[in-house]
Amino acid sequence: MTDHISQEDFRKLADLASLELPEEEAEYLRRELNNQMVSIEVLESIPIEAETGLAAHGLPYTDENSPLPRPDVARQDPHRQEILDQAPELEDGYIVVPDISQEELD
Amino acid sequence: MSTCDLPAYQIAELIRAKQVSALEVLEDTLKRVKQVDGRPGEVDAPAAETVEDRAAVHAFTLVTEDYARQQARQIDSQIQAGEDPGPLAGVPYTAKDIFTVRGIRSTAGSKILSNYISPYSATVVERMQEAGAVLVGKVNLDEFTYGSSSESSAYKPVPRNPWDTSRVTGGSSGGSAAAVAAGEGAISLGTDTGGSIRHPASFCGTVGLKPTYGRVSRYGLIAFGSSLDCPGPLARSVTDAALTLQAIAGQDPRDATSATVPVPDYLAEMAKDIRGLRIGLSEEFFRVTYFDSESMELVENPIDDQIRDAVLSAAGFLAQLGADIVTDVPLPHTKYGVPTYFVISRVEASSNLLRYDGVKYGYRTSAPFADLRELYRKTRGEAFGVEPKLRMLMGVYLSAAQFDKGYYQRALKARALIRQDFEAIFDPQGDYRLDALLTPTAPTTAFPIGSVYGDSVLMQYSDQLTVTTNHAGIPGLTFPVGFDREGLPIGAQVLGPDYSEGRLLSVARAYELATENEDWRSRRPPILADNGS
Repeated sequence: MTDHISQEDFRKLADLASLELPEEEAEYLRRELNNQMVSIEVLESIPIEAETGLAAHGLPYTDENSPLPRPDVARQDPHRQEILDQAPELEDGYIVVPDISQEELD
Repeated sequence: MSTCDLPAYQIAELIRAKQVSALEVLEDTLKRVKQVDGRPGEVDAPAAETVEDRAAVHAFTLVTEDYARQQARQIDSQIQAGEDPGPLAGVPYTAKDIFTVRGIRSTAGSKILSNYISPYSATVVERMQEAGAVLVGKVNLDEFTYGSSSESSAYKPVPRNPWDTSRVTGGSSGGSAAAVAAGEGAISLGTDTGGSIRHPASFCGTVGLKPTYGRVSRYGLIAFGSSLDCPGPLARSVTDAALTLQAIAGQDPRDATSATVPVPDYLAEMAKDIRGLRIGLSEEFFRVTYFDSESMELVENPIDDQIRDAVLSAAGFLAQLGADIVTDVPLPHTKYGVPTYFVISRVEASSNLLRYDGVKYGYRTSAPFADLRELYRKTRGEAFGVEPKLRMLMGVYLSAAQFDKGYYQRALKARALIRQDFEAIFDPQGDYRLDALLTPTAPTTAFPIGSVYGDSVLMQYSDQLTVTTNHAGIPGLTFPVGFDREGLPIGAQVLGPDYSEGRLLSVARAYELATENEDWRSRRPPILADNGS
């Protein structure tokens, strides 16, 4: 396999993506990612002129097709309890968030 | 013939004329589901698939029997009261399990949402209800729509192709395509991010329409690639696709990207003559690239002759109907569609998937955890399958500053070039002045279950003929054009400029009418004969 993404890179990626991965699965995923990079590298070969813009969307949004922004008004959601009921842990109508660890960033 | 095999427009007519009730039609459909579908998909399902499992369709993740009966009874009472329940009165339909429906489990085919009961409905689901359609259930898909075979769903058994149950349905709207092909609902709502409506529709011999980006609201759609996702219909006839698009298209204040362009009368547009339309053929769409995992190289080959011949034969029919067929249309950036998609869709997917955290809703690990970060890692590691993991990891790799090699910017520029290719061929003052482009929908017909799954690069290249449409934002419509020697359906797609859905429907409808007496048109999926349906 090509080695765009080393084992060390992979560990960083898994951390950034918040994924705990068993060793065997990690090795499969890293191999597939590196295989995908073979395809992605093809982008290097496209002749792109300096003035080519960045297309965040395919079709352009203009006055012809763009809606006006919605009025910025607060409203009570009618399904408050249903939404709260989805949470794994509740206390007095609040969603409980476990302790947040303090760590130094790289 | 069971009402299951009738087109939606006929079902609605019969119900409105009181020749059959919505409840009777629904019961026919539920009976069909029992006959052909086998056990519905479930998470952590008993492992081994049985002989019976391998002979069933498994389109559904959830049959909403009681919910559907309630809707059908309401349609019947409206009819009795002399009210008009809408153009899809009593038509049974299914929704890919990527659309939220209030009060109904909405899973995206993932363990991480396996306990999620949506507190709201997608706009398209509300619009189907307003049009009188009856939701029979949620249908299976690749997990979070990530795939082209529907095999990556956490809900097992995964869908099987009604034309040959040893084959995949295509994907990611595989449950939708299989359900429609097997008469389990006349219509299904799917989504298309890189081909996910058209690809399975082609594999299962149905019609599938990916509208222009923004033509149909994305509100209530569990997001994948937010700049690419398009909801749309799968159906057994072009007319049913037109009727459904009519019901779901149009601006929605809850989706800021939904276009304000007026919605035309699609049935009237569909009935228009195609004489004089300029329809292009491009050699770029008759070549396929695939990833050879032995040599680790990308290899280019001509497309299978059977697919090529079927599409060219369709072009021949359109020419007889008076269309001008324009050959050798250049779309030079087509081959960059998949590499570009690998970048854009992964970056967007990883951003969209960070919301699943085991705190607000959905699955939470039962293992002990010390703090929030560990909760995230364990929950997400346990509950996401390999496809979402791959997409998040790649998305992070391509967008995190510490790894940045400029691929994302480059992909957005490649996307601009793909868009320019289409603008050039559809330009009314340009060299080609096309009204539509006709291409094969997929590089192959339905492949055997297990033959590609696991190779994430080869699977992605299954979308190479559909994905440029999504990059450009333009509409595409696939329709059946015959069968290969193994009895598997072949699909062709017509692509057009922004908001040209009406014209695409007219081309497909003209072809459908011109071929209605062809022998292959009378074929039915063998599973229906096997089950005496």
